[in-house]
Amino acid sequence: MLLAITRRLGQMLFVLVGISILVFLIFFATPGADPSARIAGRNASPEILEAVRKSFGFDQPFYMQYLIMMKKIFVTGDLTSFVNRGWKVVPAVFEAIPVTLSLVIGAAVLWVVFGIIIGTVAAATRGSWLDKFLMVLGLVGISMPVYWLGEVMNLVTQSRYHDTWMFSWVPPLGYKNISTDPRGWFLTLIIPWFTLAILYIGLYGRVLRANLIEALQEDYVRTARAKGLSETRILLRHALRTSLTSFVTLFGLDFGALVGGAALLTEVVFDLHGVGMLTYNALLTLDLPVIMATVLYASFFVVLSNALVDVVYIFLDPRVRTA
Amino acid sequence: MSEVVLNTVIKSRGPWATAMRRLWRDRAAMAALTCFLIILCMCLLAPVYAGWSHAEPFKSTLDATIQINGQTVNVMEQSTEGLGLGYNPIGPTWQLGNYFLGADNQGRDVMSRLLYGGLNSFLIAGAATVLTLFFATLIGLAAGFFGGVVDAVLSRVLDILWAFPVYLLAISLSIVLIAHGIEIGPITIESGSLWLPIFIIGIVYIPYVARPVRGQVMSLRQSEFVMAAIGLGASNSRILLRDILPNVATTLIVFIPLMMALNMLTESALSFLSIGVQAPDASWGTIIQDGQGLLYSRPMVALAPGLAIVLSVLALNVLGDGLRDALDPRSKIKLGRG
Repeated sequence: MLLAITRRLGQMLFVLVGISILVFLIFFATPGADPSARIAGRNASPEILEAVRKSFGFDQPFYMQYLIMMKKIFVTGDLTSFVNRGWKVVPAVFEAIPVTLSLVIGAAVLWVVFGIIIGTVAAATRGSWLDKFLMVLGLVGISMPVYWLGEVMNLVTQSRYHDTWMFSWVPPLGYKNISTDPRGWFLTLIIPWFTLAILYIGLYGRVLRANLIEALQEDYVRTARAKGLSETRILLRHALRTSLTSFVTLFGLDFGALVGGAALLTEVVFDLHGVGMLTYNALLTLDLPVIMATVLYASFFVVLSNALVDVVYIFLDPRVRTA
Repeated sequence: MSEVVLNTVIKSRGPWATAMRRLWRDRAAMAALTCFLIILCMCLLAPVYAGWSHAEPFKSTLDATIQINGQTVNVMEQSTEGLGLGYNPIGPTWQLGNYFLGADNQGRDVMSRLLYGGLNSFLIAGAATVLTLFFATLIGLAAGFFGGVVDAVLSRVLDILWAFPVYLLAISLSIVLIAHGIEIGPITIESGSLWLPIFIIGIVYIPYVARPVRGQVMSLRQSEFVMAAIGLGASNSRILLRDILPNVATTLIVFIPLMMALNMLTESALSFLSIGVQAPDASWGTIIQDGQGLLYSRPMVALAPGLAIVLSVLALNVLGDGLRDALDPRSKIKLGRG
């Protein structure tokens, strides 16, 4: 057990180091991408370029630049932006985290609840028109580009139907702090929550339905039927429970990726200044320290949620425990 | 009559013919295929439409005029809101060949841009799919078949790519490459070339396909017929090509429409963030971005390409489902993350 945990931790560390090197290579070792040229501006003279190179430390070998950056992120925490000198990166990431967490947690609640309802109802009525309708609806959700859906939502709630009773409550775009304005926080986030959740509701509903139908073929379900249990009880207590294991796996991965910044498009469309938005703005100015910090933060969440999923899996599925 | 039946030899159908028949009978999949082909053909006719409608799809034409019901109307009309300053592009005329969907803020015909953009979207999604499947198959075959050090190295690399959120990786690569292009040995890709998004999207999704392929190859490696081939002294390349590849082929075929759907969504997202297809070229993502500024006044500019994406991706997903049911009913290929 201890050995397994140590191995898992070692694996986590390996992936994290790998990602940090990969990001570093993408921005420094890509042919043609000279960060000092970007910082110095378009028509900088060679002297200025040289000065920039020295002052930012680009004249040092790659591995030294990499090590210094890692030290500044993890040990001293005083990494500063290349674009706005003096702007500290690590606190900026921590400021953005509550926004992303608010967005992703709310959406996750929606997609888990609706995903389970849709998947279970479709499995219970499999073959019927209701099942088909729900599954087509799910596919439509999966097929929609999230940023486009966000724009359509904005069009409807901010412009076309904003003056009617339906959407007059929708506040202008932007984020409200939960501690100072909880009502505003809730109202501004309702539309983004649904927008982000729709893809996952479709995805999870379809996955759960497939798993439930598979579970209903199992021997223990036949045993339960033979004991005379009601169909509802079999579905909810026996089949649903085993089906939730893959649901949990998916959830861990998706949640980790979203908290890590995969909600970027939703944040951009709804003007929420979360981690994704921070990454996006940094990418536009090629602000390497900020990108490095946010991507490392993102992969940390992805790797962590992967590990957590493995642990939760053991609790949910007794078969894994003994194997 | 029964003697006649006994005399005829019933020729059994091969697995491929059976699968094709199953697919042919799947009405949803066939409807999706038809829908997809119709959209594709419409996009292929983009040059014809543009030539016929005499509207410029790529150059900005702010002073163009068109005829509506015998009256001459400017493509960019004086704004009537607020102080009356600034210009608004005309909205949809709903007359084919006559700014059907209106104009964008450069006075360009949205309908003809939509068709040209679709062409690029399909091209990028298709080419990226080919790239992904090719490299994923190579990696999956090598890692699954040879095991040992090869597998360890390849799997670790896949692990790292896997933990990297897809959009962040694609965006990081795009940002760096879009500005400068890329030079690897003799291959030079200019910045602004369509090959850049193809290359980036193709790379990003390799782990999604390579992992299942690797798993399948690993279990095939242990199967009796491969053991027998090894026992008979068949060479590695023969076993890989004649025994293992045909068994992985169904998985790969099922991945084609699903990967294309995923690639279309990724391409549109990158183009929407203005790091995919570069102006003056268009794709559905860039047109949505053009429409963002006009969202509240001329929503059709952003709505139309979005609907086109939804329809195409939906058709591809339904087709993928049908293909999976037809080829390999027990398989568990699931896609859609990212």
